[in-house]
Amino acid sequence: MGILQPLEGNMAVAEAMRQINPDVVAAYPITPSTEIVQTFATFVADGKVDTNYVAVESEHSAMSACTAAAAAGGRVMNATSANGLALMWEILYITASLRLPVMLTVVNRALSGNINIHCDHSDTMGARDAGWIQLYAENVQESYDNLIQAVAIGERMDVRLPVMSCLDGFLVSHSYELLEVEDDDAVREWVGPYKPNRPLLDIENPYTVGPLDLYDFYMEHKRSQWEAYPTAMQAVIEEGKRFGDAFGRHYGLMETVELDDADIAIVALGSAAGTAKDVVEQLRDQGVKAGLLKLRCFRPFPGEQIAAALAGRKAVCVMDRAASFGAGTGPLYHEIAAAMYGAGHAVPIQNIIYGLGGRMLRPEEIETVFRDLVQIAESGKVTETCKWLGVRE
Amino acid sequence: MAKLTEVRWHGRGGQGAKTAGYVLAVAAAQQGWTVQAFPEYGAERRGAPMRSYVRISDAPIRLRSGIDNPDIVIVLDPSLIATESVLSGLPDGGLLIINTDQSPQEVAESLGNPNVKLYTVNASAISVDTIGRDIPNTPMLGALAKVSDLLELDITLKAVEEQLSGRLPAPVVEGNKEAIRRAYEEVQVA
Repeated sequence: MGILQPLEGNMAVAEAMRQINPDVVAAYPITPSTEIVQTFATFVADGKVDTNYVAVESEHSAMSACTAAAAAGGRVMNATSANGLALMWEILYITASLRLPVMLTVVNRALSGNINIHCDHSDTMGARDAGWIQLYAENVQESYDNLIQAVAIGERMDVRLPVMSCLDGFLVSHSYELLEVEDDDAVREWVGPYKPNRPLLDIENPYTVGPLDLYDFYMEHKRSQWEAYPTAMQAVIEEGKRFGDAFGRHYGLMETVELDDADIAIVALGSAAGTAKDVVEQLRDQGVKAGLLKLRCFRPFPGEQIAAALAGRKAVCVMDRAASFGAGTGPLYHEIAAAMYGAGHAVPIQNIIYGLGGRMLRPEEIETVFRDLVQIAESGKVTETCKWLGVRE
Repeated sequence: MAKLTEVRWHGRGGQGAKTAGYVLAVAAAQQGWTVQAFPEYGAERRGAPMRSYVRISDAPIRLRSGIDNPDIVIVLDPSLIATESVLSGLPDGGLLIINTDQSPQEVAESLGNPNVKLYTVNASAISVDTIGRDIPNTPMLGALAKVSDLLELDITLKAVEEQLSGRLPAPVVEGNKEAIRRAYEEVQVA
């Protein structure tokens, strides 16, 4: 049982990092994740951790240093947002391809332009194909818990992948909430010591990392990377259970609320799911059979599990906090629609784009989404696949 | 039904509406409530109008949108009355606490005599006296402790001490506590 204390989201993440005590943090601060690395830097300065903190001149350098330190054999962590993540782009793919378990907290923020510091998921959705595991948190407690689990998931010898632990900018990163902070020793024991795999600092056994790899072998290397993701998905499930057994808060690939007998359901990531839970409860009180699927693990994508959970609904709405320009719908919709089609479930699916650049999502708006779903369930038809919520037309 | 109290702070960047919201949340948490507090900025600019929100409940708080229908509104800068809809969503009988050198009657008149419980306190003058700068956020907590049943004065003082110690020199922390005590005594009702 941890100690219940009020902390801001960013502080809770920094606290998890302090407890994990990584070997290297190489970071460049950016709003709204600044307080994570700022607070962690004070832990380093005050001698509360043994971490080698590298102050770099850009996010490209930050992720380069993190990747190199992980290849050298260190446990490595970092935090960023939006444009900072974009500047890391080139290296993100390399970290994953080299199977280096770097832990990156991403405080989700709109990726310009115009310039905007507030929440949406355009930053991490853009990075969805880079090969990183992605977990999304609804609140401060989950941000803390997810980062601790991320270390265990990514570092498993049968996984060895980097993890993005995502939380909504300002809505969660700057929200003060009560959370259970676990005991330092209990967290360290649960995470366990870091076991490097073929570290470069093992100078008795030198080898080359990241050399030229052309058409004779590149595709085999990509195929072997491909094989890691089903295992990673299993690791998310197993570590979520192991975390729950140790600390009392169980996690899986997704969380469902009133979904089993729901006629209509929405799917959401992150903090929006919290507001949606209140709306589902209100609608249930009014006799409307509404449900929620909160997706926690977006990468690897649990398409079969989502399709099984949504099968039998009369209408579903997928809520996207990012637009995929030119696609006509949001990225989460694409994947869920494909998963439903692949599983043979002909459920009408509405797509909603909401909350871009921090546009507030109000419970009344979620209620209108459910009211529209009632109509869709009756007619069996979606008239306009993608709608924008809360936008002035 | 869960008992939920929603508080909306109106301030300007640098006046401490965010910190005041956090201190309120910490104090409420120490009294056994579930809490949530978060700011709503434009671009994090000093002097720009901003809001911060606090939810206090006896049940888990899952709602994460801004507060449209507050039970309590606290205004840190009197100039915001003219430019921000501080009364927006405040129901009849809701609590409105304003930092101003005007009397509650004068403020009520300038707001069109709304049907709310209006209180004023000169938090700016108090903070200049006690802290040496116009930082009106903590004294407003003293006023809130007096006029609502959300906060106990001693727990508020303890929460402020916990939140500010380490970040600010000891005399400044003491000044903030004195500011809270004075605002608790000096808040006026319309």
